[in-house]
Amino acid sequence: MANTAIKPVVTEEDLLIEEYGYDDHFHEHHHGDKYQSNFITTYIFSQDHKIIAKQFLITGMFWALIGALMSLVFRLQLGFPEENLAWLRPVLGKWITINDAGMGTLAPEFYYALVTMHGTILVFFVLTAGLSGTFSNLLIPLQVGARDMASPFLNMLSYWFFFLAGVIMFLSLFLSTGPFAGGWTAYPPLSALPQASSGSGAGMTMWILSLVFFVVSVLLGGINYITTVLNLRTKGMSMWRLPLTIWAFFVTAILGLLSFPVLVSGFLLLMFDRSLGTSFYLSEIFIGGQALDHVGGSPILYQHLFWFLGHPEVYIIILPAMGLVSEVLSVHSRKPIFGYRAMVYSILAIGFLSFIVWAHHMFMSGVNPFISNFFVVFTLIIAVPSAVKVFNWIATLYGGNIRFNAASLFAIGFVSMFISGGLTGIFLGNSAIDIQLHDTYFVVAHFHIVMGVAAFFGMFAGIYNWFPKMYGRFMNETLGKLHFWGTLIGAYAVFWPMHYLGMAGVPRRYYRFDSFEAFGQFSAMNQFITIAAIVTFAFQMIFVVNFFYSIWKGKKMTVRNPWGANTLEWTTPIHPGHGNWPGKLPAVQRWAYDYGKDGKEFIPQIKPMDEGETEAH
Amino acid sequence: MEAVVERAYGRNKIHPQKFALWVACGGILMMFAAFTSAIIVRQAAGNWLEFRLPDIFYYNTIVILLSSISLHSSYLAFRRGNTSLYRGMLALTFVLGAAFIALQYQGWQKLTAIGIELTTNPSGSFIYVISGVHAAHILGGLGALSLALLHAYLLPHKVTPARKLRFELTLTYWHFVDFLWLYLLFFFTMLY
Ligand code: HEM
Ligand SMILES: [Cu+2]
Repeated sequence: MANTAIKPVVTEEDLLIEEYGYDDHFHEHHHGDKYQSNFITTYIFSQDHKIIAKQFLITGMFWALIGALMSLVFRLQLGFPEENLAWLRPVLGKWITINDAGMGTLAPEFYYALVTMHGTILVFFVLTAGLSGTFSNLLIPLQVGARDMASPFLNMLSYWFFFLAGVIMFLSLFLSTGPFAGGWTAYPPLSALPQASSGSGAGMTMWILSLVFFVVSVLLGGINYITTVLNLRTKGMSMWRLPLTIWAFFVTAILGLLSFPVLVSGFLLLMFDRSLGTSFYLSEIFIGGQALDHVGGSPILYQHLFWFLGHPEVYIIILPAMGLVSEVLSVHSRKPIFGYRAMVYSILAIGFLSFIVWAHHMFMSGVNPFISNFFVVFTLIIAVPSAVKVFNWIATLYGGNIRFNAASLFAIGFVSMFISGGLTGIFLGNSAIDIQLHDTYFVVAHFHIVMGVAAFFGMFAGIYNWFPKMYGRFMNETLGKLHFWGTLIGAYAVFWPMHYLGMAGVPRRYYRFDSFEAFGQFSAMNQFITIAAIVTFAFQMIFVVNFFYSIWKGKKMTVRNPWGANTLEWTTPIHPGHGNWPGKLPAVQRWAYDYGKDGKEFIPQIKPMDEGETEAH
Repeated sequence: MEAVVERAYGRNKIHPQKFALWVACGGILMMFAAFTSAIIVRQAAGNWLEFRLPDIFYYNTIVILLSSISLHSSYLAFRRGNTSLYRGMLALTFVLGAAFIALQYQGWQKLTAIGIELTTNPSGSFIYVISGVHAAHILGGLGALSLALLHAYLLPHKVTPARKLRFELTLTYWHFVDFLWLYLLFFFTMLY
């Protein structure tokens, strides 16, 4: 048995697992060797959830860099519309047009393509696959006490469908007509008529193909996560003993399973409109002075189908971050999470409500104002479970013996961001106020702070915290703190001013503002935002260097449970092999948050209850 | 590997793979729920061509219902050890499934014949697209049935846990796509 040979040191964890654990005869079958015998099956077409998690993470980082660089290019355009961009020509080629005086300008079509790709990449590839894909894969089997996912094979397929989606999207960047340029929401008619803009042809075809593969990936992953959480929990791991991370991943997977298929339906109708002449979304359209023979379609129908996914999708992004933050805050403030059950119920409430608020993205699309009222009410009700969570995070920190390290700082930063961005959500949720704010920079500020930055903070908290579990080494703390402060200040500097732009009516997705009388006054503010974005990007480079340096050169982990955490993943060997635990599966005796109980700093979940001890919640 | 999984997680009441299939069916159902809600939303917007659904879609419902019954009796025969009924009913299910596809195709041709082409009006387009996507799911089921047929005719009739599981997965899926058609037909009948 190869796995036990790696770990000769016997620790208290081993003894507890040996005494109380559950013997599933896993290592008697040697099937681990069957599918992890050479380099390819171990690192590339791996079926081990821990490797798949790293694949999702590193692919996500790749996309985050691409997406962020795109944003820098269009920020340069917005901040410095008169500046010479000829130096970008080696990278962007013909999308930088050079006039007789040698002035290089960004082609307007490509500006739209960049904005569209930035949104698509960040929302789907980075904050869905890179976040939920990474941590659901890493933590679900480890924290519920399972050998692996319910179907390791489908799990592997999930990653490779994501990879395929990425390859297609990446190739579309190099089309001579450019990638899709109609916004990440792909509203018709720009998405439905190949002749509508240069990116609407081949670019859109590849965009839609890529996203369909992406949905397949999400569904394969989600089916696995749900099945694993419900069926493969180890002995003693009742639902009420699950760490909040698992609750969050579980509800996230359910949201994905119920909403992404709806997007596929919407896309399918779109494909018929594009290629086979149907008119689901198209009606009475003139293009280039010519009337098309599409009649009877409704572009609003697409918006309904899109946002029925789109809104749950924003919670698919934020819930995993919330789960990670809850865990990190509790561990590093050495206190039980405040209001565990309330946390679970708010996750469930947010999950449920997220399905009945989608039309708040359509207040200005001509939906019946009477119907809007219902959506206003449900939207504002979401603020209640969100506020419960914020209250509980702060109460968890309150009076705690907080360890201020990179992980916990990012978790605290998450709470700050979520409050700032959640408050502006309440403005937008009122359909009357939205008349002024819709499609302005106020919306851009809102969703970047509450979703973009907050989810990144949750992800960073997770990476700094679980890096030792992934690679057996620590990331550098000093660089981590520098990264945190740079990102916190930088992100606020980028997005805070956008609220003012939005309130003044500056519309989003415009190529330049200096030519508008009303918006020209904001050129200094736009320059400030662009510079802040560049600086913030530079701070992300610190993270990237720290990450890769630490994989090979970071401080080695010498004990299994460096943070003194209660959850099961820290009872595995420092380098867990296939099947995660070398011998029996650990049995769970208590919930995950016994910190500071009965004078003990922490009590791992595998420790049996003492005589007369009662469960804490 | 299946047997190993089963032993490893023997404490579970429902086999993880079966559970995963149910979850997947939930996802597929959402896809069709989206289609049917789309019909409602789109119909409310006006410019909606009224026509009568060709009868063939109703005959076809009988075919698919029969196929569910035959597959279920094949499954029961498989468990009882009645080899000839097991094989015969399985083959019959396959034939009925293939007949369903053929008849759907006839149905689309009927629609074209009465002037409802794919692009005539969204009301007709929906029928083509939705029944087409449903037919694709039936084709997937036929794939699973072909595998089951290979097993039935090539392997000796033995009720091992792995084979029972595989049969049950096929059976669940087939009943599901059958139910799905009833759901769609209900909508078509109500709205057209
Ligand atoms: C944690 C969570 C949240 C996330 C991830 C999130 C995300 C988003 C995103 C991505 C958009 C922009 C869509 C677009 O136009 O392209 C948006 C807009 C909006 N958000 Fe949020 N949001 C969150 C919280 C909230 C809350 C708490 C509310 C209300 C109480 C809210 C209300 C709105 C509304 C009404 C819009 C539409 C604004 C418009 O387009 O005019 N959001 N949100
Ligand atoms: Cu929303």
